[in-house]
Amino acid sequence: MSRVSTPPVSQMKASQGGTLYRGREGMWSWVLHRITGVAIYFFLLVHILDTALVRVSPEAYNVVIASYKNPIMGVGELGLVGAIMFHALNGLRIILIDFWSKGVKYQRVMFWTVVGVWVVLFAGFAPRHLMNVFSEGGH
Amino acid sequence: MSTIAAPRTPAPQKRRGVNWEKWGWIYMRVSGVVLVVLIFGHLFVNLMVGEGIKAIDFAFVAGKLSNPFWQWWDTLMLWLALIHGANGMRTIVNDYVVSKAWGRTLRGAIAFAAVALIVLGTLVIFTFDPCPVVPPEQASLLPSFCTA
Repeated sequence: MSRVSTPPVSQMKASQGGTLYRGREGMWSWVLHRITGVAIYFFLLVHILDTALVRVSPEAYNVVIASYKNPIMGVGELGLVGAIMFHALNGLRIILIDFWSKGVKYQRVMFWTVVGVWVVLFAGFAPRHLMNVFSEGGH
Repeated sequence: MSTIAAPRTPAPQKRRGVNWEKWGWIYMRVSGVVLVVLIFGHLFVNLMVGEGIKAIDFAFVAGKLSNPFWQWWDTLMLWLALIHGANGMRTIVNDYVVSKAWGRTLRGAIAFAAVALIVLGTLVIFTFDPCPVVPPEQASLLPSFCTA
């Protein structure tokens, strides 16, 4: 064996931080980044197609958009925006890991910063969106 | 298991041509930063301001797309996001798809979807008429500035 072996994650001290992408925050942020990325990608495909209906007719666009205006889709939109927020914030964290000289050292702190900022942004968005989804009347 | 190359192994030949993987890597980071601004702005204007999602209909979109500022905002967002997403999906296919034929098929499908939707979206944004000729019963669906 010529590879440099790393101890199992369970044997590493917290202060060592382990390898960047193996175990703990480094790995789970990577997993979440992939899952949210794929979800956002498939949403984007549908989103471009439904918005393209404005070129067909006002009625065609409104009928499809109206089919989105229900509580189930409203909660789905909450999940979508939450996924976008995480992917955006964690993406900035990845850029800092790559380009900031202390990025690797602080990657774990930055992960929890991402979580903290996400909670604040989501707490700002969710009530506002749910009010719009569940309020009566309107258009 | 990788082994260290034997002593006196000649240095690997320097690959010639453009290093596309490197430019893809750089693209993800550069487009990512711009997309954070574009998409957070998009979400704020469409979901937070006014009645949020409730207000979205043909008239709302027509109002935005009759303004060159939002036309270019949306065009830039469309191109950057779709290429960013397609390249991310390509990375995932490269990671998980073992079969060569499947890999080629999936990468082809991803590239096709990206090109088709970029062309479609760009055409929609720049050939869009906010006040199209509609049957009288649909006139109420047009933005208010059309009746003037």
